[in-house]
Amino acid sequence: MKNNGMSIIVRTVTRFVYGLIILFGFYVIMHGHLSPGGGFQGGAVVASAFALLLVAFGSTGLKGRLNLHWLQTMEEVGALSFLALAFLGIGTAFFYNLFANSGGFLFGASVPTGSNAGVFAAGGLVPLMNWAVGLKVMTGIAAIVIIMLVGSRKEETE
Amino acid sequence: MTALTLHAPVLLIALPLLGAFATPLIGKLGKGARNTFVGLIVLAVAGLASLLAVSVFGAGGVPTVYELGGGTFTFPLSGGQVPIRILFEVDGMSAFMGLITALIALTSAFFSFSYWRERSGGDLYFSLFLLLTAGIFGMVMTGDMFNFFVFLEITSIAAASLVGFRVWRKQSQEAGFKVMAMYTLSGLFVLLAIGLLYGQYGHLNIAALANSLQGSLTDMIALGLLLTGLAMKAGAVPMHMWAPDAYGEAPAPMSAILVANSQASLYGLFRILFTLYGVTVSTGTMGWILIVLALLTIFVGVTMALIQSDLKRLVAFGAVSQIGYMLLGVGVGLAVMATKPEYGLVAMQGGIFHMLNDAACVGLLFFASGAVIRAAGTRDLNQMGGLGHQMKWTSIFFAIGAVALAGVPPFNGFASKFLIYEASFKLSPFLAVIAVLSSIMLLAVFVKAFQAAFLGPRSNASAHVSDPSPGMMVPMAALVLVIIVFGLFPGFFVDHIVTPAAKALWLGRDAYINAVLGG
Repeated sequence: MKNNGMSIIVRTVTRFVYGLIILFGFYVIMHGHLSPGGGFQGGAVVASAFALLLVAFGSTGLKGRLNLHWLQTMEEVGALSFLALAFLGIGTAFFYNLFANSGGFLFGASVPTGSNAGVFAAGGLVPLMNWAVGLKVMTGIAAIVIIMLVGSRKEETE
Repeated sequence: MTALTLHAPVLLIALPLLGAFATPLIGKLGKGARNTFVGLIVLAVAGLASLLAVSVFGAGGVPTVYELGGGTFTFPLSGGQVPIRILFEVDGMSAFMGLITALIALTSAFFSFSYWRERSGGDLYFSLFLLLTAGIFGMVMTGDMFNFFVFLEITSIAAASLVGFRVWRKQSQEAGFKVMAMYTLSGLFVLLAIGLLYGQYGHLNIAALANSLQGSLTDMIALGLLLTGLAMKAGAVPMHMWAPDAYGEAPAPMSAILVANSQASLYGLFRILFTLYGVTVSTGTMGWILIVLALLTIFVGVTMALIQSDLKRLVAFGAVSQIGYMLLGVGVGLAVMATKPEYGLVAMQGGIFHMLNDAACVGLLFFASGAVIRAAGTRDLNQMGGLGHQMKWTSIFFAIGAVALAGVPPFNGFASKFLIYEASFKLSPFLAVIAVLSSIMLLAVFVKAFQAAFLGPRSNASAHVSDPSPGMMVPMAALVLVIIVFGLFPGFFVDHIVTPAAKALWLGRDAYINAVLGG
């Protein structure tokens, strides 16, 4: 049973909550331009669900579900898409917000002045960058957790 | 072309950053594709740095401002407006540091292609290398204090990983950990200082901060923290204990870029002393603090190099001592800044010119010692000997790098060190005596190393060695060319690139502020 997860209570609770944690993480990323949080924080929340799964089921119980190679590739894709979004506005300046106030298409709505509840479809490149950062952080932290788990397991067996 | 020049400051950071993240993906296609990609990135970066230098020096070193996400404001701002966006501000000194970084990045990347060919983990190696390059460019281009800290941390993380890259060596792991701890400490010092300044004035932009700086007690505390943190990261004695380990344990081409990283920290220190604080502090006192640090660094670095028997560590201590010469030149310039006599600018020219010369010489020495250690299979000078029979070119390159670094004419080290001797003699003969004496001792160090490694009879161990492959010879030859050209025509380079850089620091505080805030 060693390294093969925790008790049935922990595993059952994990089954209930890990989906909710991931959902909450995606919510934080998605509303990053309106509410506290953003790509990094939401990504960390999603990664904490991965960490919870690893702790509860052990690395053997998750075999094949979280592929380190795949996680690392997705992390690079996240970073590259962030840079690509930053490069989009290079016609004016690096990081120029090309889509802001462009009218409807891709978060292009303009925001009324004065106090309001927040316009979800506004922000231009910012929400897209939040998604890029979120992808990088969730996969990056998950990869770090897996690598540390593998490293500590090796030490135990040696 | 003009658009490229306009965007050069940000492209210098964005391209290596893009390369750093794309390298592991392209590495899946094979080593050839990856090396081509990394080579193209560093070539593009070198081209952009040259383009930027030509444009900045062509305009007489006038600072240019680049606004991230810009489009709304034009610089300089009119009266009363405050910059809130992230700015890059490039003056003569930034462009000069960009040239140094580009030179070292270009040569170390091409040296690495051959040096790391048989080793695994190349994707990670080049990824970290490009990340470090991006961080160094960011440090020298930025016009924003917090951004400076961010880039400082990027270089710290990448540098610590590169120092500990050879995880199969226990010494590398220890050196990597030490570097990580020291760099984090220095980063926290800098962050605390930035916090103090931001809390007082509400600005993070260097020009706006310099404009409103009062010289209060809090400012002095922040200055002390910045001085300590950045001198620590530059490897000035008595905060140098990480430097020999780091330079000694990193893969040879990465030691060269680590020296460029230390120089970027020195640049930050100079930028803060001259541009951010300038006349709001007693420049005489600050200048003498730099001079004392410089003398300690020169003397301790050289004397420690004398007793080393590990070739890489010996060169590393030599590199530490050279940081002292840059501090000495600029320290003398700062000490006399209030009265601005002629020799102050000469001292600045010497200190700043020596940054470029040191990068070329130390880079060459690290490359050559890497090739020697690879061929001989040992780092211990006592077990080498007679390598010069088979490694003719490497021994010639090593000798040129060594005498140039020790300040022997007609090489470039003489040109910059002579300016430093001359100017520091005017301030106090004692400074020049220490500087000259240490240079002579450095020559002794390298005579010892050269004799131990290359001279002597052929032995069994040295019979089967050979010069490294052309892939490693060409970058070394390129640095030799730089050393010789700078040594033969120092006047041209001092007039056209060093003097604008020195003037940007020594006289350019108002121009730097006005480029953002308007006159």
